[in-house]
Amino acid sequence: MIEIINLTKHYGEIKAVENVSFSVNKGEILGFLGPNGAGKSTTMNIITGYIPSTSGTVTVDGYDIMEHSREVKKRIGYMPELPPLYLDMTVTDFLDFCAQLKEVDKKAWKSQKDDIMELVKITHVQHRLIRNLSKGYKQRVGLAQALVGAPEVLVLDEPTVGLDPKQIIEIRKLIKALGKNHTIILSSHILPEVSAVCERVVIINKGKIVAVDTPENLSKNLTDFTKFRMTIAGPEKRVKELIQQVYGVKYLEVQNTGKDDECSYIIEADKDIDVRKPIFHKLAQVGYPILELRSLGLSLEEIFLQLTTEEREVN
Amino acid sequence: MLAIWKREVQAYFYQPIAYILIGFFFLISSIYFTFGTVAAQVAELNNLLSSIIFILTFVCPILTMRILTEDRKNGTEVLLVTSPVDVYQIVLGKFLAAFTVFMVMFASTFIYLAIIYILGGQPEIPMLIGGYIGFLLVGASYVAIGVFASSLTENQIVAAIISFAILLLINIIDPIATFVGGFTAKVLDMFSLLSRYSDLNAGILDITSIIYYLSFTAVFLFLTTRVIDKRRWSQG
Repeated sequence: MIEIINLTKHYGEIKAVENVSFSVNKGEILGFLGPNGAGKSTTMNIITGYIPSTSGTVTVDGYDIMEHSREVKKRIGYMPELPPLYLDMTVTDFLDFCAQLKEVDKKAWKSQKDDIMELVKITHVQHRLIRNLSKGYKQRVGLAQALVGAPEVLVLDEPTVGLDPKQIIEIRKLIKALGKNHTIILSSHILPEVSAVCERVVIINKGKIVAVDTPENLSKNLTDFTKFRMTIAGPEKRVKELIQQVYGVKYLEVQNTGKDDECSYIIEADKDIDVRKPIFHKLAQVGYPILELRSLGLSLEEIFLQLTTEEREVN
Repeated sequence: MLAIWKREVQAYFYQPIAYILIGFFFLISSIYFTFGTVAAQVAELNNLLSSIIFILTFVCPILTMRILTEDRKNGTEVLLVTSPVDVYQIVLGKFLAAFTVFMVMFASTFIYLAIIYILGGQPEIPMLIGGYIGFLLVGASYVAIGVFASSLTENQIVAAIISFAILLLINIIDPIATFVGGFTAKVLDMFSLLSRYSDLNAGILDITSIIYYLSFTAVFLFLTTRVIDKRRWSQG
């Protein structure tokens, strides 16, 4: 649906985006992740045709953004970081204006308008001036604006920034629901957001892509060991010895649980060797029961930090 | 384009600005009408029109100061540019909106015409038409200058000052041209909006003058689209 090839944007000496290439499939929710100032907004502004790129191409549904910008713009609903709202208009007037601006068929708009307002839950504030709405509602009107004309692609730049936790959860749910019949690019610097909503993640840092994968794969591939936590009843010293004897165990850390006869152990082992079974057998022989076994995957947060800091070291 | 025009005209009347400007214009022109026309027992309006055209130097910068600056400040420029409309349509829609308010303001002078007829005066129609067309054309040029100025900055006050400065220069360009003389005078004359207005107001419907004003307006609107495009290339 969206193809981005070798996208580059320079502001004089500053390279805001460099050789960024990725594609978004139809119906996919793609997370665009990176620290502040990584080039997320610049990339999104280029995809939506707000600013031109220095070099590289963007095609949406087969149309090039530079050559057929009108066709591309018809297919994209964009919600920039600062929702573009006319504060002196009421919600309905503003949405009507957007529909005219986007050349939505008048009859189609009549039925669409109520659906959109229902979806983002702004029906009850429709006759109020946008100026008087709270931040959360302004954000929703901004989202409603992007939905006008039922575009196939939605580009959302940090849609939950500045909202309270309850609103954030609501907006995320909404985006997930929208993902059923839209192709969505969503940018964020908040990691749980991306892992909660997106099917695929593009991590960008200092204008360059550092990783593209599903959140799960990212966490799998980036680690060359498996990590889990075991709580075992038995004397600490003896248990520690037993575990260390198992082939494949690379690292062991003991955490006290506060109870006399049991301890927690953080175990890291080679990725290819399953050490859980031998540990169980060993402990069973001497009668020390395993009370808890939990796998500790690398969280997206750790991956993110790892990727973006590694990049820094290279530079 | 129509959507932008409609929104901007509404915005003018949602806010007090249009009423204040029209009121101000009507007040000043009424003073001129009362003392210069009625009290002097003159049965024509051309004198009045040429007297009150200076008010536009103050009114037009304020009329146009927020027309593009506000979009940059509120981020609505992103909405306009990423919608399936061209930049020239955005600029034209905005210009026409400001010009619509200008025409409403201008329409207030029809009251004076009615009063003249009621008092039994018979103004000369060709002169009147020339005066009206001239006034509208000068107005269009002034509004275009204002729109251009508002594309240069995101601060309304700065925009107003820039267009006020340009209009002030245009007001004093004739005396300057006479003073310097020669080739420079000819160049300066190209920017002399008011000398051509005197001809029109005298009832001389010269097609070159009309084309002059229309192209003057078009050039400034074109420059406005260039400024917006240029900024899109250089900024994020």
